[in-house]
Amino acid sequence: MSTLEIRDLHASVGNKKILHGVNLSISSGEVHAVMGPNGAGKSTLSAVVMGKTGYTVTAGSVLLDGVEMLGIPTWKRAAAGLHLVMQYPTEVPGVMLNDVLSEALKGRGRDGDIARLDTLLKTEAARIHFDEKFLDRPLNVDLSGGEKKRNETLQLSILKPLFVILDELDSGLDVDALRDCARRVMDATSEDNLGALVITHYSRLLTELRPSKIHILVKGRIVETGGPELADVLERDGYAAFTPAEVAAEADAKDDPMGFGLFP
Amino acid sequence: MPVLTPDSALSLGATWSQVRRSAHERAIAAPFPTIDEETWRYSRIGELDLTTFAIAETPTTITGASSQVTVTQVSASSASVDASLAELFAHSTSTDLFNSLNLAHMDVVVVSVARGVVAPQPIVITHTLNGDGSVYFPRLVINAAENSEVTVVERFISDDGVRSLVVPVLDARAAQSARVRYLAINELGDKSWQIGEHDSVGERDSDTLLATVALGGDYARVSTAARLRGQGSNTRQVALYFAGGTQMHDFRTLQEHAAPRTTSDLLFKGAVQDTAKSVYTGLIKIHKNAKGSVAYQTNRNLTLSHGAWAESVPNLEIETNDVKCSHASTVGPIDEEQLFYLESRGVNPDVAQRLVVLGFFDEVLAQLPVGDLAAPLRQRVAQKLSIGDPS
Repeated sequence: MSTLEIRDLHASVGNKKILHGVNLSISSGEVHAVMGPNGAGKSTLSAVVMGKTGYTVTAGSVLLDGVEMLGIPTWKRAAAGLHLVMQYPTEVPGVMLNDVLSEALKGRGRDGDIARLDTLLKTEAARIHFDEKFLDRPLNVDLSGGEKKRNETLQLSILKPLFVILDELDSGLDVDALRDCARRVMDATSEDNLGALVITHYSRLLTELRPSKIHILVKGRIVETGGPELADVLERDGYAAFTPAEVAAEADAKDDPMGFGLFP
Repeated sequence: MPVLTPDSALSLGATWSQVRRSAHERAIAAPFPTIDEETWRYSRIGELDLTTFAIAETPTTITGASSQVTVTQVSASSASVDASLAELFAHSTSTDLFNSLNLAHMDVVVVSVARGVVAPQPIVITHTLNGDGSVYFPRLVINAAENSEVTVVERFISDDGVRSLVVPVLDARAAQSARVRYLAINELGDKSWQIGEHDSVGERDSDTLLATVALGGDYARVSTAARLRGQGSNTRQVALYFAGGTQMHDFRTLQEHAAPRTTSDLLFKGAVQDTAKSVYTGLIKIHKNAKGSVAYQTNRNLTLSHGAWAESVPNLEIETNDVKCSHASTVGPIDEEQLFYLESRGVNPDVAQRLVVLGFFDEVLAQLPVGDLAAPLRQRVAQKLSIGDPS
């Protein structure tokens, strides 16, 4: 049983503070959702946990089984068991999926899986209806939105991290691909005890990825944590209902031109 | 062996001296280039002293010839030459110093493919240029008759430490509907210089490909001009160049559209590491009569070290409105987003950088006319990369 704990995390981009003390904790096998409007800091949270450059952490901790992840390079965080499924997976021309996975597995000392990587890829591709012809493409190049997310999910299923952050999995995804990807993640939570932090704007994703807890992120803070029923409240009342007066007072129209509407 | 001066052509006394003599006269008349000229801007031409080189016959081996393809080899010292061969050069009136010097002193290989013939395998020409203080003037003529097809690979090799100069000229002619594919591979040593020229002329509905892979040399320059003279003709120019240490690679390209509905495409991708330098300047020139033509030009450069330097200058010269043209040019370090993506999978940053650089070049390797060469050339690039060098 592993734990990923985010403690009082403050972060900024340039001079702009985005996260104002985020706290949450998730254990193996659990699915938690982080929901929030545009500008709440959802993508910043995933970037900071994974160690992307361009973000400054001013306070707080990200602990994987008690071990501080902040300050260690991204690739070591990944090797330790953190994984990020990106909202918009980057195209990497000329770099093949199996080369990257081989290197990634090598870094984890999983030589046995390198030897049977082709078989693993085919099996996992079939599970999520990812056409085998895409296995020989450079990473994400000339893939549709749905194929990119299937490709991300495929990598997740092979690398088998302890925890995954799914950043807006539903962006650019058709219904079939969404179901395939979400079901594969749910299967991993039971088969491999994967812990999944689902970052999303829309509650529709949560009919497939069923969280036991929902955290509502507004203006860089978790303003409410509850069970799955929170999604229904959000659907009905929007984010405004969860915005405490002092947070709302800080709200700056410039930061959130779309308002707190659930479907801007 | 005569030291290289404009007069040295006279000492050859070859029978077909008319071609050589007039070239020699043009060489005398040509001023030595300076970096004030646009085509020599950024170059290292100021470091070149021709009088420190002696002319040597080019040691050349040829494989892949067959009964369907005529390969004729004539060195500068040949006493007599078939009149038809001399005829080939009657039209050569370039006033460029290096082209003229080449014509005056050339060791010639002529590859001729008859009408309708498809050469069954690539012709591979290898020049091994290991004379310290020697200058070589190889000239390759590819003559593809109507509706023929041929692929020629020309390799330039020398050992590290050898101070040699090679001044090669390619003269490729594709007759109506002919397909000519050419690949030059620069595997020169770290003290060798190259000042080369690739010139192709495509007639109606012909298809030409001029490819270059440049890894070696101290200063290695190629000017490549693809001229579309017949309507409906098509040409593609691709290059992979990768300079390290104190090397400099220098490319000047021309896509010239002189007939209607002609198409050209150019993709040059380079990388510089350590304190190496590279220059790319390219011109798309579309004449008034070249209506309905399409031209693309892309030059991308990776600067892999802080001390490395790359320059990219695209130019357009268009005399008619009825064309589609685009050019793109970039110089910069490896894309941070690409690195983050690989690192977020758990790939160590050095390995991630190697993968991205090799991936960057794959787009060019995939377009080389001889597919079998892609893997070994990729291997050469990998060996040269100093990022995350396992050794």
